[in-house]
Amino acid sequence: MSTINFTIDGKACKAKPGQTIVEAAKDNGIYIPTLCHFEGLKPAGTCRICTVKVGGRNMAACTTPVTEGMVVENKTADLEDYRKAIIEMLFVEGNHMCPTCEKSGNCELQALGYRYMMMAPRFPFLFPRRTLDASLPKIVIERNRCVQCLRCVRGITTADGKRIFGVVNRGGHVEITVDKDLAASMTDEMAQKAMDLCPVGAILKKEVGFAIPIGKRKFDSKPIGSEIEKA
Amino acid sequence: MASLDAVVKQVVSKYGNDRTRLMDIITDVQTELGCVSDEAVAQIAKILDLSKVDVEGVITFYHFFTKTPRGKYTVYLNNSAVANMKGRAAIAKAFEDAVGCSFGRTTSDGLIGLYDTSCIGMNDQEPAAIINGVVFTNLTQEKVKEIVTGMKAGKDVKDLVKEYGDGANQSDLIRAMVKNNIMRKGPVLFAPYEQGSAIKAALSKKPEDVIEEIKIANLRGRGGAGFPTGMKWEFCRKAEGAKHYVICNADEGEPGTFKDRVILTELPHMLFEGMAIAGYAVGAQEGIIYLRAEYLYLKKYLEKVLEDLRAKNILGKNIAGKGFDFDIRIQMGAGAYVCGEESALIESAEGKRGEPRNRPPFPVQKGYLGYPTTVNNVETLCCAVRIMLEGGEWFAKMGTAQSKGTKLLSVSGDCQNPGIYEVEFGTTVNTLLEMVGGRTAKAVQVGGPSGTCISKKDFGRRICFDDLATGGSIIIIGPDRDLFEIVHNFMDFFVEESCGWCVPCRAGNVILKQKLEKIMSGKASTKDVQELEDWCKIVKATSRCGLGQTSPNPIYTTIQNFREMYEAKVKKDTDYVSTFDLLAAVEESCKAAGRIPKVEEH
Ligand SMILES: Cc1cc2nc3c(=O)[nH]c(=O)nc-3n(C[C@H](O)[C@H](O)[C@H](O)COP(=O)(O)O)c2cc1C
Ligand code: SF4
Ligand code: SF4
Ligand code: FES
Repeated sequence: MSTINFTIDGKACKAKPGQTIVEAAKDNGIYIPTLCHFEGLKPAGTCRICTVKVGGRNMAACTTPVTEGMVVENKTADLEDYRKAIIEMLFVEGNHMCPTCEKSGNCELQALGYRYMMMAPRFPFLFPRRTLDASLPKIVIERNRCVQCLRCVRGITTADGKRIFGVVNRGGHVEITVDKDLAASMTDEMAQKAMDLCPVGAILKKEVGFAIPIGKRKFDSKPIGSEIEKA
Repeated sequence: MASLDAVVKQVVSKYGNDRTRLMDIITDVQTELGCVSDEAVAQIAKILDLSKVDVEGVITFYHFFTKTPRGKYTVYLNNSAVANMKGRAAIAKAFEDAVGCSFGRTTSDGLIGLYDTSCIGMNDQEPAAIINGVVFTNLTQEKVKEIVTGMKAGKDVKDLVKEYGDGANQSDLIRAMVKNNIMRKGPVLFAPYEQGSAIKAALSKKPEDVIEEIKIANLRGRGGAGFPTGMKWEFCRKAEGAKHYVICNADEGEPGTFKDRVILTELPHMLFEGMAIAGYAVGAQEGIIYLRAEYLYLKKYLEKVLEDLRAKNILGKNIAGKGFDFDIRIQMGAGAYVCGEESALIESAEGKRGEPRNRPPFPVQKGYLGYPTTVNNVETLCCAVRIMLEGGEWFAKMGTAQSKGTKLLSVSGDCQNPGIYEVEFGTTVNTLLEMVGGRTAKAVQVGGPSGTCISKKDFGRRICFDDLATGGSIIIIGPDRDLFEIVHNFMDFFVEESCGWCVPCRAGNVILKQKLEKIMSGKASTKDVQELEDWCKIVKATSRCGLGQTSPNPIYTTIQNFREMYEAKVKKDTDYVSTFDLLAAVEESCKAAGRIPKVEEH
């Protein structure tokens, strides 16, 4: 069987074998919000923003393959509130000062905040003490903004497959760090790729800033997800 | 002392320069050098051709691994809720006074380090601590003084153990002061049996028929989730793979469980025979037992039992002359509750951070090293032995509709006879309280922190998968206890043990704990309780693995069953109370300026 039939919120959809719910939804013009997901990288399922309901159970749409006859709930009031809550958790868990951030307007977390009309987070700010690493030749790691999506860990490796980025500690203390020797050998292209992979302003390429002015950035005029949604 | 480079090189080559043995490599390097410094990290990474962050990521994930020295003697004092009930605070103070440093630190001469640790599986004999792998139970202030004097005199920790427990705890290879506290023996685990007879019975059948017998017994996993074992073995057997694996989950991390400790001490041959039966059923020749680091004191003994079983041809090649090969190795953990989750356990056994995997694929499809793997709890595997001997029908006669056989319970807290009890599934909480001498209880925590906290009105409920499910932990909470303190302790535990992978568990549990603290401090309104309950639901619904899906339970189930306790704490006449404490905020500056703040005017 080459086409899988399934539904999202009652709408009949088709998927290719092996596609995840997120991928198939996109092909069918349906937006399921994502943050840690990045096309071409192995899904990690860290952010849980893509949580959908299948057969009464909540699951991450970015890691779950579509199966024949699957009934997916996506835009229910409960799920939309969970998603908003997760965005809010991320805002209180880190230190996000959007007006001073080079990524403002290109940031997926900020864009999700707008899309979900977050005014003030329902949770109190945790104001964690986090560090910034400016010692590397090509990039700055600004951990105050990191959402631990692991895109950099998954996506940036040396030519012989070694990971440049990694995670240390556990629980609320997890932190992105690098193998300094491997990071020192990063090329300009790799630094740019790392910055582009990072959904927020936690990895910044050194020496260039605000190359695209505020107002002309990715999410400045259109909300995140609108490129996927069909009318 | 040999140079760092030489030590690392020797250790890594001992494990065949195999990256998947990183847990053992780090353990051994740390044993030799006292810690795994940046230099050692770089050296390990170099030899294994890994990135340094890969190695560092593993070290920093586990509680018992350290990059900086934690003392020639390292004291890990249990901080579980039951330890607190049994007087941990006074013991901690006695350690601090005698050692001369506070918890979380090492003395400046590098001799003694004092550290907290999550439940060490000794809830029936708290307060308890682990010092350099040796367990000290029922600690008193006098005992602490003696221990510290011994450490200061440079004695071997083993020599500081003055009394031994019962049974195999006294054997030469254990020599531990741990007591078994077997309070009630049942027909499945504690009836006598002849070693080797069960694997022989299994080998006389086809593997499919072994699985069929387990299905007739309707055996369900004893680790907590209650998945049907027969079905798990069948999935594993049918999954394609060049080899298959059996892993015994001996991580026993849920605070308040210690029943696997007793099985490992008194019935290890039964457990290993059960693993061989599972191996035959699923088509595996290799088994691994993942043993929590806290049970290191049993390792030598378990290795000897394995040797004996090989000598008796219950393990090894051509078992019982039936052409079946099966052997077992021990994999030590290093202190992480989440590694009890089966896919995190597999990651850890592969030498990685103990982070759960995304499913599918399930371990039965792609488990250890990508091969189909069945992960089973210690007790489940022992049940399989009895089922081979007595038959599935015999087993299924005991218990309730959905829960057959018996369950080994670890009972601790406010009762006369803490210890382990093998009871038939379906036993009510009341009956159990009667049995253990805990009739005065005002609450019972069934299934550990991740389970349910019930009040008196529910003491008629039954312990079984159809009603109150438990992996074995039963904590009895007496009438004079502050339940808030216990709930708070459990939340501390989850905050500490979250792997940090997913947002709702990593950030959500911290947020829940803070909100709980707001209520406990009396600075909350009814609305705060409502929000707390709602937020629990969000964390439960969106977390990736069982840890986050159950971590709000201490709060969630007490709001449901002890709502009056929350209501008594909140201010009813307002719907908003600020957490900002003006007096506290200006205290320091007022002191410096010599002023007395007039708060009433603000
Ligand atoms: C956070 C977490 C901790 C767990 N800890 C244990 C454990 O210590 N021992 C155990 O047998 N199962 C534990 N489990 C359950 C295992 O994932 C798995 O279901 C079990 O080992 C399967 O064996 P069983 O079917 O024989 O119960 C844990 C699950 C979670 C989510
Ligand atoms: S640095 Fe950026 S890409 Fe890496 S984990 Fe943090 S947010 Fe994700
Ligand atoms: S729920 Fe908690 S323990 Fe489980 S994957 Fe998420 S962060 Fe890790
Ligand atoms: S996008 Fe699916 S979990 Fe992050």
